[in-house]
Amino acid sequence: MYAYLIRRILYLIPVMLIVVTFVFFMVHLIPGDPAAVMAGSEANPEEIEYARRLLGLDRPLYEQYGRFVLRLLQGDLGKSLFLERSVVSVIAERLEPTVVLTLFSLVVAVIIGIPAGAIAGALPNTWSDKSTMVIAMFGISMPSFWLGLNLIYLFSLKLKMFPPGNYVSLSTSVTRCIHYMLLPSFSLGFASAALVARMLRSCMMEVLSQDYIRTARAKGLAERVVIYVHALRNAMVPTLTVIGISVAIHLGGAVVTETVFNLPGVGRLVVTSILRRDYPVIQGVVLFTASIYVCVNLVVDVIYCFIDPRIRYD
Amino acid sequence: MNIQQLFKKYRWLKSLSRNKGVWIGGIIVLFMLIMAVFAPLLAPLDPIRLNPMNRLKPPMPGHLFGTDSMGRDIFSMVIYGSRISLEVGMSVMVFTGLAGILMGLISGYYKILDNIIMRLNDGMMAVPSIILAIALMAVLGPRVSNIVIALSVVYTPRMARIIRGSVLSAKELAYVEAARALGTRDAVIAFRHILPNCIAPMIVQGTFIFAYSVLAEASLSFLGVGAPPTIPSWGNVVSEGRLFMLEAPWISLFPGIAILLFVMGLNLLGDGLRDSLDPKTQGLHR
Repeated sequence: MYAYLIRRILYLIPVMLIVVTFVFFMVHLIPGDPAAVMAGSEANPEEIEYARRLLGLDRPLYEQYGRFVLRLLQGDLGKSLFLERSVVSVIAERLEPTVVLTLFSLVVAVIIGIPAGAIAGALPNTWSDKSTMVIAMFGISMPSFWLGLNLIYLFSLKLKMFPPGNYVSLSTSVTRCIHYMLLPSFSLGFASAALVARMLRSCMMEVLSQDYIRTARAKGLAERVVIYVHALRNAMVPTLTVIGISVAIHLGGAVVTETVFNLPGVGRLVVTSILRRDYPVIQGVVLFTASIYVCVNLVVDVIYCFIDPRIRYD
Repeated sequence: MNIQQLFKKYRWLKSLSRNKGVWIGGIIVLFMLIMAVFAPLLAPLDPIRLNPMNRLKPPMPGHLFGTDSMGRDIFSMVIYGSRISLEVGMSVMVFTGLAGILMGLISGYYKILDNIIMRLNDGMMAVPSIILAIALMAVLGPRVSNIVIALSVVYTPRMARIIRGSVLSAKELAYVEAARALGTRDAVIAFRHILPNCIAPMIVQGTFIFAYSVLAEASLSFLGVGAPPTIPSWGNVVSEGRLFMLEAPWISLFPGIAILLFVMGLNLLGDGLRDSLDPKTQGLHR
């Protein structure tokens, strides 16, 4: 187990190195002179030269790369061109709404997805299975921003049950924070709930056809125990991967949802940074989300070992 | 060959024809295809013609889906919007298919290159797809051709991984070993003997990539980093409707339904193809 864990952590190094290399070269993909683009269309030659020096673009490419990697190892993601502050502090400031949105939408995905998938899988080809799968198909096909807009229209503008946007910090009021985040979380988590339900349903159907389930039924166990204790636990193992992937989907989807609900998170930051041509911030956000994603994947793999002792990592 | 013989020879075809989802999905996709190809004939008005006298009109005869804040006909915009979605979705599917074949074949066939290509794939897949696409669009600039480039970069690793898996299992088949023993060149083995085994999973994955691309294009345009605002893409129209939610909810309603229908059609088609072409999942997802 420990050997596997160490191997798995070491495996993150080449993956992150590739992400870092991609993020570094991203700026060099800008058509024309990157310094001129970042300085803006109204910048004079002196300002362009200043931007070039500030970003280190006047140095040889290998030196730029070396400095970039070295800075990252020290936890320095660079300096925002527009805000003139470190990218780390800019991201940290915007982190809370994104983390809250990601976690709340994950809760929505689990609360809706697991019971729906378990019921559909336990009762295949029944009315409840078919209707669940139709709703799930809508869920995976619906653009989250459109769902968000419809929720705002119905529950905020018409019924006036929830605020149409903005964010209240957890430290200000937990209940108000939940009240403000319900619509955004549902809008972002609904597609993942559909994914979880579809995955769990097919896993449940597979598990329920296995011999040990027949044995459990033959020895007279109640159907409820067979389904929810014996089958569900085993069907949950592959479903866990989908839940893990959902974290990445939510981190990405937060960009769109934060725009719809006017939430001051990392997603909004990246969109406004594009308009400001603030490339260090964009690079920082890409690196930040990639780091979170690989860490979540690592955690999911470790949880796998605990949930299913049959899994051996040799 | 009559239909019975055809079904006997290709069992998946029988399973495919019995799948309701494939029929519904196929009809929706065909409908969207016809809408995109014949847009100039089907659209009653020019989708970019401004008519300030007619601004924010609700659905009514002459403007079936109403008008937007500049008096443009939403129905015509929705019809023309299908062209952007189709253009992006289909191009991304073709480019990821070609790049995926090349990467998947090399990776599955040559062990030395496998590690390099797969680590590259892992690196690209470590960044959430929409964030990667946004970052690439920030660098490349808001143009439809750039959306295709960005989304192709984002989705190629998924295709490459699927094809690599198929190559690895096909490589062990007896007839491939026989071809190798006869001294057939690697390229011939790869393209003539191995590649046909990868077609089925490639088609399935391609259909899903098509669906993801339609959704991603709409999201990028909604955020203002996709198609230029002058182009009537579905995402652009929904984005404009966001500003007039209370006075004119129809602006974002109809293009949103169009995105939902198109993506659902592709997903139903993809699900059906997967169930029919992959015997392991037959009946499981039905």
